Amino acid sequence: MDAKIGVLALQGNVSEHIDAFCLAIERVKKKGASEVFEVRCPADLAGCNALAIPGGESTTISRLIEKNHLHEPLCNFTGGIFATCAGMVLMATDVADPRIRTLGLIEMAVDRNAFGRQRESFEADISVRGIDGGPFHAIFIRAPVATSTGFDVEVLARIDQGIVAVEKGKHMAFSFHPELGGDTRLHERFLRMQGI
Amino acid sequence: MKNQRVKRVGIKKSGPEPGRFKMEELRFGTELLKRGFASMQKGGVIMDVIDASQARIAEEAGAVAVMSLERVPSDIRKMGGVARMADPEKVLEIIDAVSIPVMGKVRIGHFVEAQVLESLGVDMIDESEVLTPADEQYHIDKKLFKVPFVCGARDLGEALRRINEGAAMIRTKGEAGTGNVVEAVRHMRNIMGKIRMLKGMNRQEMIDFAREIEAPAELVFECSERGRLPVVNFSAGGIATPSDAAMMMQLGADGVFVGSGIFKSSNPERMAKAIVEAVNHFNDADVIARVSKGLGDAMPGLDVHTLRDDEVLQTRGR
Repeated sequence: MDAKIGVLALQGNVSEHIDAFCLAIERVKKKGASEVFEVRCPADLAGCNALAIPGGESTTISRLIEKNHLHEPLCNFTGGIFATCAGMVLMATDVADPRIRTLGLIEMAVDRNAFGRQRESFEADISVRGIDGGPFHAIFIRAPVATSTGFDVEVLARIDQGIVAVEKGKHMAFSFHPELGGDTRLHERFLRMQGI
Repeated sequence: MKNQRVKRVGIKKSGPEPGRFKMEELRFGTELLKRGFASMQKGGVIMDVIDASQARIAEEAGAVAVMSLERVPSDIRKMGGVARMADPEKVLEIIDAVSIPVMGKVRIGHFVEAQVLESLGVDMIDESEVLTPADEQYHIDKKLFKVPFVCGARDLGEALRRINEGAAMIRTKGEAGTGNVVEAVRHMRNIMGKIRMLKGMNRQEMIDFAREIEAPAELVFECSERGRLPVVNFSAGGIATPSDAAMMMQLGADGVFVGSGIFKSSNPERMAKAIVEAVNHFNDADVIARVSKGLGDAMPGLDVHTLRDDEVLQTRGR
């Protein structure tokens, strides 16, 4: 299948996601065209078969989703979504903050800034199910965690503070930032899940 | 209870259970975490606020972060005297009021003000020329801190010197508190233009150029390879309207800081929202036109050419 990967470009670390997906496609892809581009409006979204929602400020991104009339199109998007940090917050069904209107695509409750402030941000090697080659070097920046998940949600990684990586159908969501640090194993798994 | 403890010991012996790690294996305050934090701010607007109610307005309008300070730059100009870090009580009040990151300004070279802000839990420290410098020779050794720093710069050499000291983010200085975008434009054009010039240089020429702009050669090579600064680069100092903000984005800024421009305008809520939308759609003149309609008065501006030498803030620190 052709890879047409959109990165939601309303706010956050968009270019890092584009670079990471380009690298991952290079590493897995055998044939077919591939494209990674920014998504800012419903028309852009219609042109892609998978989407990344980057890290950034979840309250800001949530507001901009509304402003750009992207809420319904995102809820009805048929491809897989690769969501990190703020993206994970948006994918949830339950977030204790009335200012965030989540997409509700993965049944889970998420706590924002679960570790505290920036000085509590950290890097650590964690085990993640579904990838070979040993622990994943995970970068947590003012990260959220999932505190509970629905029965059809697969937990890929859990640390003492809560669940930090999940998968449901074609979607994946992470508290940490796989797009930083150059390890594309999780991106590659996502691409294979989409049949790319 | 006893059973549980036995179970955990067993796990440790057989290596970490999936997803578990020992505390000593966590790393805090690394370069990657600092620059990563800065890159999460991209495409956003960071607003100066002096108290909790302004912070709530900024967050409500869609700011990605707020900058806490005692007085906005235009008031610092008016009142004169020594401008210092904000009262810790005010900083904590702002931290409690919002869930977005809170940044704070310290005087150039004042590493103890920076230690205080770090201990309060501020997410990023701005070593800022807007406050009265505390050290005319040295900037803060930013690598000693766990929290990331943002620093001002007027040109490529200054930006790279700050990055070499550990800044995780650069903002072009502009001329704060004037509501006049001309200096912000000058500084952004200088940095972007110099990086474009690197494209035509070979290694020897770049080494020579690095000496000329008083910057480390390694960082000059990195700019040349990436075609941009190695860290996120925001624009600051004089942005007063949605068009100002969008222009800085079109000139290559990753985002903008708005100081006096919001809370010195006649309708801060609307101005804040309009600037956020203009930054989000910086290439779409229709959107910028729509959000600019009937905003009321922007902050009163100042002609930078009428400033006395001692009133110019951008020349502080180099």
